[in-house]
Amino acid sequence: MDAPLGAAVIKQHLIDPEICIRCNTCESICPVKAITHDSRNYVVDVDKCNLCMDCISPCPTGSIDNWRVLTRSNAYSVEAQLGWDELPAEVPLPAGAEAGIPVAAVAPQPVPLTQLEAGEEPFVASAWGATLPPWSAAHPYVNLYGARTGPIAATVAGNFRVTAVGRDYDTHHIMLDFGTMPFPVLEGQSIGILPPGLDANGRPHHARQYSIASPRNGERPGYNNVSLTIKRVLEDHQGNPVRGVGSNYMCDLKVGDTVQVIGPFGNSFLMPNHPRSNIVMICTGTGSAPMRAMTEWRRRLRQSGKFEGGKLMLFFGARTKEELPYFGPLQNLPRDFIDINFAFSRTPGAPKRYVQDVMRERAADLAALLRDPDSFFYVCGLKSMEEGVVLALRDVAREAGLSWEEIGAALKREGRLHLETY
Amino acid sequence: MSAINYSEKIPNNVNLSEDRTLQRALEQWQPNFIHWWDDVGPEASTDMDVYLRTAVSVDPQGWAQFGHVKMRDYRWGIFLNPGDANRTIHFGEHKGEKAWTDVPGEHRANLRRIIVTQGDTEPASVEQQRHLGLTAPSNYDLRNLFQVNVEEGRHLWAMVYLLHKHFGRDGREEAEALLERRSGDANNPRILGAFNEETPDWLSFFMFTYFTDRDGKYQLCALAESAFDPLARTTKFMLTEEAHHMFVGESGISRIIQRTAQMMNELKTDDAGKLRAAGVIDLPTIQRYVNFHFSVTIDLFGSDESSNAATFYSSGLKGRFEEGKRTDDHVLKGLTYTVLHVQDGKLVEKEVPMLNALNEVLRDDYIRDSVAGVERWNRVLDKAGIPFRLKVPHKAFHRNIGALAGVKVAPDGRVVSDTEWQARVDEWLPSAQDRAFVGSLMGRVVEPGKFAHWIAPPVVGINRQPVDFEYVRFN
Repeated sequence: MDAPLGAAVIKQHLIDPEICIRCNTCESICPVKAITHDSRNYVVDVDKCNLCMDCISPCPTGSIDNWRVLTRSNAYSVEAQLGWDELPAEVPLPAGAEAGIPVAAVAPQPVPLTQLEAGEEPFVASAWGATLPPWSAAHPYVNLYGARTGPIAATVAGNFRVTAVGRDYDTHHIMLDFGTMPFPVLEGQSIGILPPGLDANGRPHHARQYSIASPRNGERPGYNNVSLTIKRVLEDHQGNPVRGVGSNYMCDLKVGDTVQVIGPFGNSFLMPNHPRSNIVMICTGTGSAPMRAMTEWRRRLRQSGKFEGGKLMLFFGARTKEELPYFGPLQNLPRDFIDINFAFSRTPGAPKRYVQDVMRERAADLAALLRDPDSFFYVCGLKSMEEGVVLALRDVAREAGLSWEEIGAALKREGRLHLETY
Repeated sequence: MSAINYSEKIPNNVNLSEDRTLQRALEQWQPNFIHWWDDVGPEASTDMDVYLRTAVSVDPQGWAQFGHVKMRDYRWGIFLNPGDANRTIHFGEHKGEKAWTDVPGEHRANLRRIIVTQGDTEPASVEQQRHLGLTAPSNYDLRNLFQVNVEEGRHLWAMVYLLHKHFGRDGREEAEALLERRSGDANNPRILGAFNEETPDWLSFFMFTYFTDRDGKYQLCALAESAFDPLARTTKFMLTEEAHHMFVGESGISRIIQRTAQMMNELKTDDAGKLRAAGVIDLPTIQRYVNFHFSVTIDLFGSDESSNAATFYSSGLKGRFEEGKRTDDHVLKGLTYTVLHVQDGKLVEKEVPMLNALNEVLRDDYIRDSVAGVERWNRVLDKAGIPFRLKVPHKAFHRNIGALAGVKVAPDGRVVSDTEWQARVDEWLPSAQDRAFVGSLMGRVVEPGKFAHWIAPPVVGINRQPVDFEYVRFN
């Protein structure tokens, strides 16, 4: 964030005074005391709000969930907001402000957003998630290309379907090559893709972020390329038909096409690199991308015969076996290398099983890993899984006679529990 | 072996899985609770999947988990706001002493009474509202009703937790009695009058959640100041949920007004008869409902002069609204407060010791808050260009408790004769015809995205879902 403060584009959090019922829930819950009120309105102080999102879901009305993208110098003051009877209209960014730059790349974000598709749903970190990387993480490069430098062009080097052919799901494995331009990445990082064209408001599309599915030395070892796991979005979270702008653009790419890329992003969801460190990976759907990257890096290390890895444990959920990306290749990994547990929630004739159910079944092994200070936990997938997974970890700890308060706090403090959901 | 998986079935942060005594008490009580829910909970709702907010922990992410669940399987949890081990009592005669984690013997009876009285209102409102699901104006509103219902249920759990945990055998007996009393039952009624009234239609329901649940908010706020730390922490967390109930009320009435205003502009009339014929609720009828619910609710704060209120405050059991934000000495000896009474046919003010007037202090705080929301309803009329203004009646209007009980006062605060009262009461309070008319509008609309004719759709859905989301699924 080296840009002059006044010109920087920010996303300002506002409360809709027409919908707000002045119940005080947001003010009482805000951890940084950014929300205040007078007898008329509840308002958010732009200088204090850190976009942590703690106030969003507790709001009973939805009035809390309003945002304006504007330059820092045009942000609405507390005094101005206190006088409102209704929200001001959206004002287009002034010429010269960096329109089209994704907010995620501008606003401080401890971890990157992934797979932002149906709307700009901001990342909500669970209270137990770490904001620091493991002590043995490699140092990441972030924001090499973005607001100030502009994007970099990458060439599509491959585009394969990685789920069984079915009607309503279609997941692709897409390889991008950076040629001779530097784009160093680590497992767990993500990149942003700028889809061509304009959105409904006539502005360039904001960037779509995707987790990298390949290890640090390339999808093909020794080449300057990365791979992404992208699910074609054909419906929104409510099941309404909608074509995801980014995902359809990506899934339809042909080898040889070029795409505009920004990033890399992410400096905490990173893997440990010291010998005998254990990795527990919990994911659903395309949340498997960073898990694939970490697994593949460990597999290459193991093949080299020069690294003594710890345990790898994977909990992988999808609606059905057919929808699970990389199902075939995963089956071929040696059992003594990785302990794989699938959970399918929509297999006809079988009861629904979610990743947290399977985690509970594997409580004995998970408890042993929870005890080990060399264990690192990674969660990536749909937002709805996050609470269930962390609760399952807590219960596993408790049932093993451990104090979750102590273990959970240590996991967070030591960068050993990473949550990335969307 | 215990029959209940405590962390799954009863999300809690009170270490339930390790508290055998509490487990045993709850295991006995829980089947009776479910029996009560089946018996007098929301009618014909057993098979519905409802998009409910469930609290699974007290942090911001944890207490607002959304998903479709059957209400019977709702995870009624037990939550205390995070505590402060060094908290001190900040008002009353024990000011400056360490807050109590257990019940002091000398305050046991009073605390139990406070908790039982609060706890009794929670199942009572579920009972009052149990038929409303049959006449819901939309799928969205049906979900909001059920959310209110399950949260009242959870509030009952919260109070029962305190009784079980801190009041031994008599606590357990009181917890049972909470499930035995019935709203409106002549032989075994609920404790407070307003909770034995019917909630016959959705206008009443929205008025109830706006006015009467707001009484709940003020009572909970006063208890959240309590020197008895578990009570303070429980009620603080309940307040976060209470906000939803007031939202249902405020937005519900607002949407009714919006629809009426729209129809007034379309038909270019303010004639109640024409508007009723057009199937919307005329504004004077809404004003009469306001008068009724406001006056019945402010009675809930109790007598304007009360030695009990003084005792509760001085002994640290119950504070004032936002006690911590006030700048007086928090002991209140020697301070006075103005209350109303009738002298020579006129309302006159008199100064009384503030300690004895604490019910009135809380009532006045409540009135300020209620008025602000009514003003927001008026903004809807403003926007539609309609000159009518809703207002809350004078606080002496239609009172049945305290010095003003039975005094005949018009909504504008004039003391009137019995004759005038009789002649005009139908202008001031909902008449049988008003109630019959509102009742006649009540029909069931549950197709997602459809709304009854007399109410406008909400501006936004719940939890960022679209308005036409299937909030309640019928199986």
